[in-house]
Amino acid sequence: MDNLNLDQHISRQFNADLEELKTQLLEMGGLVEQQIIDAVTAITSADSDLAEKVLVVEDEVDNREVTLDENCTMVLARRQPAASDLRMVLAVAKINRDLERMGDEAQKVAKMAIHLNEHGEAPRGYVELRHIGSLVHQMVIMALDSFARFDVDLAVKVAHEDKKVDQEYKSAMRELATYMMEDPRSISRVLNIIWSLRALERIGDHAANIAEHVIYLVKGLDVRHISVKEMERQVNESD
Amino acid sequence: MDIAQPLDKIPASSSEPAAGKAINVKEGVDQDTPVPAKPVGNPFVDDPKMKLRDVEVFYGDEQAIHGISLDIGKNEVLSMIGPSGCGKSTFLRCLNRMNDTIDICRVKGSLHLEDQDLYDPKLDVVELRARVGMVFQKPNPFPKSIYDNVAYGPRIHGLANRRSDLDEIVETSLQKAGLWKEVKDRLHSPGTGLSGGQQQRLCIARTIAVSPEVILMDEPCSALDPIATAKIEELIAELSENFTIAIVTHSMQQAARVSNRTAYFHLGKLVEVNDTEKVFTNPDHKLTEAYITGRFG
Repeated sequence: MDNLNLDQHISRQFNADLEELKTQLLEMGGLVEQQIIDAVTAITSADSDLAEKVLVVEDEVDNREVTLDENCTMVLARRQPAASDLRMVLAVAKINRDLERMGDEAQKVAKMAIHLNEHGEAPRGYVELRHIGSLVHQMVIMALDSFARFDVDLAVKVAHEDKKVDQEYKSAMRELATYMMEDPRSISRVLNIIWSLRALERIGDHAANIAEHVIYLVKGLDVRHISVKEMERQVNESD
Repeated sequence: MDIAQPLDKIPASSSEPAAGKAINVKEGVDQDTPVPAKPVGNPFVDDPKMKLRDVEVFYGDEQAIHGISLDIGKNEVLSMIGPSGCGKSTFLRCLNRMNDTIDICRVKGSLHLEDQDLYDPKLDVVELRARVGMVFQKPNPFPKSIYDNVAYGPRIHGLANRRSDLDEIVETSLQKAGLWKEVKDRLHSPGTGLSGGQQQRLCIARTIAVSPEVILMDEPCSALDPIATAKIEELIAELSENFTIAIVTHSMQQAARVSNRTAYFHLGKLVEVNDTEKVFTNPDHKLTEAYITGRFG
């Protein structure tokens, strides 16, 4: 059912509760998204101040995760939601967790940025960071939009994008590994880039998780642990 | 996308919908939303205890039930939910001909308990009600002792020849109803002296004393407190091992907790029948969804 009609309950307070969950989650999404942009900019343009900012925002994200979790618990206890309402609360709780983990990964990138600034920049890998960074950022935007609009097609797109990111990540790994073999003195600095790439790739995975939660929320389908093709098939079948 | 596209060229941030965009609403659902001609889901089962086809009920000229077809499976708990006046109680009362007591009520269609036509004119209704027992909304023990309340049915149906047989029936019935421990020392005090929850369990003991095959329950917990309700629900789970149970309830949580399948009634029609788990997490019809999520009622 694409139409979730969240504002149609007999109880207006229940409408307000659910809208509040949604708003809080999207606010948190906005914060985490900014963290990701800042972390990638910080490492690609060697900006330690920006990296520090990412670390500061992380506390705020953590606090929001806890608050939103409490609010989900409250709605479950007070309203005993069913059907789409139940899926809404569960999806918010799960997306909340994925967003927080994305924040953690952005924090790792920021720490690498600070480290590279202090110990000299890496000879390679910035192009890949910028590229994968922008792919992953797009995924996060799409995942959050698919939630905001209950847009299943967009959610499926995120799953496609994730495969692309995985491929780009693998090819970057190959290239950087080759470079390290040619110039072993660069290993420790290139490793910092590799870890950052790994963190970005993980952010992509979390965005794909969010897309799965959106499909669950809107369609009631559990599409975890299946291929993208199978996911598309199930989604189309349920229309 | 270009490789190495600078981050600042990336399109607008997604925090935008958070700020401005309202929650997506297309069309609403209300009482006038059309009911499907055939119920969605699985109204029929492989081994039905009761087969009900094209059931129509009229009160005078007023049609209360519009052609409902439904199976109740052996040893299943089927819950029937729906807004007030949707016909769920009327439908339930057809299943042991309780509607016979209302003069203006007419029932059409084919209703079978296994091979027995429920509306066969030759059928003894008292016999039928021994096979299909009923528990009502308000506990209604007879103004007799606890013992006699339970022994009444077996006596009139001649199920016990000796006093010791009757004693045994009373004891096992009270045990199955989870009331034995509480009343075994005062079997001869009046049933009306028990608490509401105990009285309801006494009524259940009275119902099962005649070894019915099907138990109908019409909002059995709506007059009870949460503890008594929990005990009845526990009892329903245990009883379903030996009996087929159909329960009408206004409590959706109760339907979700106790039943295997749930039927959603709306304006005298059947909208959806599905496994309970499905109905409460991802119902097929939007009317069901609207009702169980409290969007109208």
